Amino acid sequence: MNTYNIEIKVNGEWRETEVTATDTLLEVLRSNLDAVEVKNGCEQGDCGACTVILGGKPVNSCLVLAVQANGKEVTTVKGIGTQESPHHLQTAFVEHGAIQCGYCTPGLIVSAKALLDENPDPTREEIREGICGNLCRCTGYTKIVEAIEDAASKK
Amino acid sequence: MKNVEYYKPQDPSELQELMQVHQARAVLIAGGTNLIHQMRNGEKKPEVLVDISELKDLTGIKVEDNYITIGAVTSIAQIAASPVIGEHCPILAAAAKQLGNPLTRNRATIGGNLANASPCADTAPPLLALEAEIHITNTEGQARSVPADKFFMDYKWTHLDKGDVMTRIAVPKPKVAAKGSHTKLGLRKAAAICVASVALMLEKEGDAVKRARIAFGSVAPKPIRAYRLEHYIEGKPVDEKLLSDCGPLLQEEISPIGDIRGSESYRRSATASIFNRNLLQAWV
Repeated sequence: MNTYNIEIKVNGEWRETEVTATDTLLEVLRSNLDAVEVKNGCEQGDCGACTVILGGKPVNSCLVLAVQANGKEVTTVKGIGTQESPHHLQTAFVEHGAIQCGYCTPGLIVSAKALLDENPDPTREEIREGICGNLCRCTGYTKIVEAIEDAASKK
Repeated sequence: MKNVEYYKPQDPSELQELMQVHQARAVLIAGGTNLIHQMRNGEKKPEVLVDISELKDLTGIKVEDNYITIGAVTSIAQIAASPVIGEHCPILAAAAKQLGNPLTRNRATIGGNLANASPCADTAPPLLALEAEIHITNTEGQARSVPADKFFMDYKWTHLDKGDVMTRIAVPKPKVAAKGSHTKLGLRKAAAICVASVALMLEKEGDAVKRARIAFGSVAPKPIRAYRLEHYIEGKPVDEKLLSDCGPLLQEEISPIGDIRGSESYRRSATASIFNRNLLQAWV
């Protein structure tokens, strides 16, 4: 079996692991690197549950090969804030009840973070466009959009 | 899938060497948004993956004397955000902004969108209307360029042979007088797969159309140029009479199927509506 040793900087820490050519970044983050905060939803780039920031850009980690992430930086929701010191986006999601089952939340926080990094003062329409790769089947999105709007105002 | 080999060439000569060695076994990967999904569902079973996603020679947007060139592995997000594309090829910028969602646009590349050759490839209709040329290098290092409409041969079938590498897309700088218009019809406002699309470039002279370039997506086995429609329109003013007169010809040019996103008859009438609207937009 062909395997490849790769190094990925996950939330600021360089991690080494062995992968096959077809392992996805999602699989490797969850199975090899214990980053189970990255959720597996559809595995075809529709739902955004697996969103991470790769090399500064939000992507579906199910649609990136782990070998392609070799030598790169990955930020998951855990790299954005911690339980002790949450990012204001995370606080806003909690305050607005923008979480129901919670499965989409790690991906949505990552997409929202990437959106606000690029556009600190987005309109509602820009927020909706910015998170359109992340599906939520519980909230109907209103609370999520409000939480992101609130977080942007507090930045 | 477990024994797949992976290579990441650092420059074009290393890439050519790999393609010579592996020939038909090699499958190129860039953004991977189509390929990884196709590998997972068994549609594609590559033995060797050659990763061209970070080859500098294949990336970026350049303005040349008569052309705008776009490296084959330039991301859709880069194209959507490019001031050069926005200024010279607004119909391509519009299509790029509507491809997939922000997450897929960050990975997906224009070359991948074309090489995948889906009839609903979002960047294809604008590139057809802009008469783009696709530059390809074979395993011997010989380069050739193919007009976009010759590149698409049939359903999911392109001009690319085994071992070929698409290097860049060259878009002739549109004349200042030419106006473009583009519409993608999906089932929702964002993250939609195209149900029908039209892209056109129109040049006016006096009270008549001097030159028309018209392309459609998702209404034939491949993205198409509508040559007979273009010919019919040229020399005539765009008015109610023209729109109704060219209706039957438009219906002859397209051959849509019915699928989960729309029936054949829906696609036929929707295509007529968006075509009329875009023609009027480019005319005034």
